[in-house]
Amino acid sequence: MKPSPKKKAALVETRINQEAIGARLRELFDEVVSEPVPDEFLDILRGAEERAPPSGADADAGK
Amino acid sequence: MNASPRPEPAVEPNRDHAFKTELAKLIPQLRAFARSLTGDPTTADDLAQDAMLKAWDARGSFEMGTNMKAWTFMILRNQFYSEKRRSWRQVQLDQEAAERTLVAIDDPSSPLALDELRMGLAMLPPEQREALVLVGAGGFAYEEAAQICGCAVGTVKSRVSRARQALADILKRGDYVRDGASAGEAMGTILAQAERLSTSR
Repeated sequence: MKPSPKKKAALVETRINQEAIGARLRELFDEVVSEPVPDEFLDILRGAEERAPPSGADADAGK
Repeated sequence: MNASPRPEPAVEPNRDHAFKTELAKLIPQLRAFARSLTGDPTTADDLAQDAMLKAWDARGSFEMGTNMKAWTFMILRNQFYSEKRRSWRQVQLDQEAAERTLVAIDDPSSPLALDELRMGLAMLPPEQREALVLVGAGGFAYEEAAQICGCAVGTVKSRVSRARQALADILKRGDYVRDGASAGEAMGTILAQAERLSTSR
């Protein structure tokens, strides 16, 4: 059974819309990903590493 | 994922440092995922920082070489839902927060359709939105998204598909509220921009 031309056109339209939304969605996400990371994040991580039990080694590798 | 506890509890400093380096690389991704969940940049960064520290504390249970991105996303998501139960349930429906979903709105160069998409996203049920963000923007396979969300692969597939459908409907109908501006154009703008993107990449 072949879909009617109208139905077919609707399916194509849906697919095109979905691809467009997908592309924009990725762009929206990537925009945040490409923002510079606030220093706070790395400071927190460095602090956590320095507080970690050193088990003998100098714990200043992150500097 | 859900890595079983490792038999040797001793963590060597080198391993810790390698872990930290890998974790630091994921911060931008964690921030983006957090923002898609909370819809608010400040709350999102708090959440991403909490998740980062949780991941650090749990580093002993992470198997180096496996998918750290999926693992940290799972931690962040769990953190979000446990905090949400305690406090910010209302943020979800708050119109102001909706306008800030994923990207802060105070960027004047942000094209109109991005705002529409952001508003549309904010109108989706949270479980549909997160599934769509993970698969459609985060680059996860359905199987990985299912692990992150703690549900079946089929559930993720159906959430993503319903989210896509709902988003297209919202954008076509111009359902979102936007201070008086006529909004039926959103889908057209998105199509035009997607075309521009696909030719420029």
